[in-house]
Amino acid sequence: MNNKIYSNRAWWLILPMLLLVAFSAIIPLMTVVNYSVQDVFDANTRFFTGVEWFQETLNNPALQAALVRQFAFSLTVLAIEVPLGIGIALLMPKKGWQASAILILVTMPLLIPWNVVGSIWQIFTRGDIGLMGWGLRELGYGYNITRSAVDAWGTIILMDVWHWTPLIALLCYSGLRSIPDAYYQAARIDRASRWAVFRYIQLPKLTNVLVIGILLRFMHSFMIYAEPFVLTGGGPGNSTTFLSQSLTTMAIGQQDLGPSAAFSLIYFLIILLVCWVFYTAIMNLQKDKQLDKGA
Amino acid sequence: MEWMVWTTPTAIFFSVIAVILLGMTAWELASPTIERRGFLPIATTRGDRLFIGLLCAAYIHLMVVGFTSISLWLALAISILWLVILMRWG
Repeated sequence: MNNKIYSNRAWWLILPMLLLVAFSAIIPLMTVVNYSVQDVFDANTRFFTGVEWFQETLNNPALQAALVRQFAFSLTVLAIEVPLGIGIALLMPKKGWQASAILILVTMPLLIPWNVVGSIWQIFTRGDIGLMGWGLRELGYGYNITRSAVDAWGTIILMDVWHWTPLIALLCYSGLRSIPDAYYQAARIDRASRWAVFRYIQLPKLTNVLVIGILLRFMHSFMIYAEPFVLTGGGPGNSTTFLSQSLTTMAIGQQDLGPSAAFSLIYFLIILLVCWVFYTAIMNLQKDKQLDKGA
Repeated sequence: MEWMVWTTPTAIFFSVIAVILLGMTAWELASPTIERRGFLPIATTRGDRLFIGLLCAAYIHLMVVGFTSISLWLALAISILWLVILMRWG
């Protein structure tokens, strides 16, 4: 017997949240849309420009290059951080004081604010006083992040990997901890190889945490600002100028509110599309899996 | 409201979005959606298809504005047509 009373009144409980989101996100976003079709000088002087700013932004070679760089950066750090994070999580001790000690050590980089990470690496890579810069130079490599784009890129990727791989490792570690021992016992009875255990037990159980990890890392890295700004200032030339830095230069440096509003909207649409595609793909993978089990 | 620098076209745009959302809510209350499989590779609800349609519309407009000299009205017409196709058969 199902005597449950269905009521949708509980929806009213999300009303405060809705109001908050309206003020913090929806109304500002509407304002950005309004700015993107006008040239606003001050409170009383503004001109309607239509789609001119969008046309300009989409055809701006500097911004197109920044977009390509941004994707290259995000995909590179994901390709390194995800396998590395899983690897670290697999190697972390499971119990005892070692587990706690390693957890704290691994988490350290996550606690450091973005700006400070930039400063740390800025000093670390200096040729005269920085350990890495000095060391590489002594080894005979002419390492210089202010001159060579390759060095700057390598350093920024290394910095991001150092800062954020722990997040993936922590998520995977918690995912691994939640696998019941029975699975491993069954695998031992079947004399499954280490690879088979990873491929058919651990990896499927990690899907959920990996989705969250990859989504978070993608969005974070796609919006990266402070770290490259402090480390290289976007240089040498424009070689490490990513999207958010171009946007800041435009909106705050040059006060071009119209074009930067148009740019923000395009930026937003790209993030929205990528996250949606990703989320849908993973959610459907899981649905298929459940269907397979049911059949 | 003055600080939001409203213009007629953007006001119309957001009103239409609001009307669509209210309409979808009313439709959902009148006859709840059933998740189904159309020509899209994934099973979708009515709301999913609307979201996909609106996102497509945004990209269609951006492509037309940025890289062609076709009239925006044509882009709008294509977007609406595509939205209808998606909602019905997607």
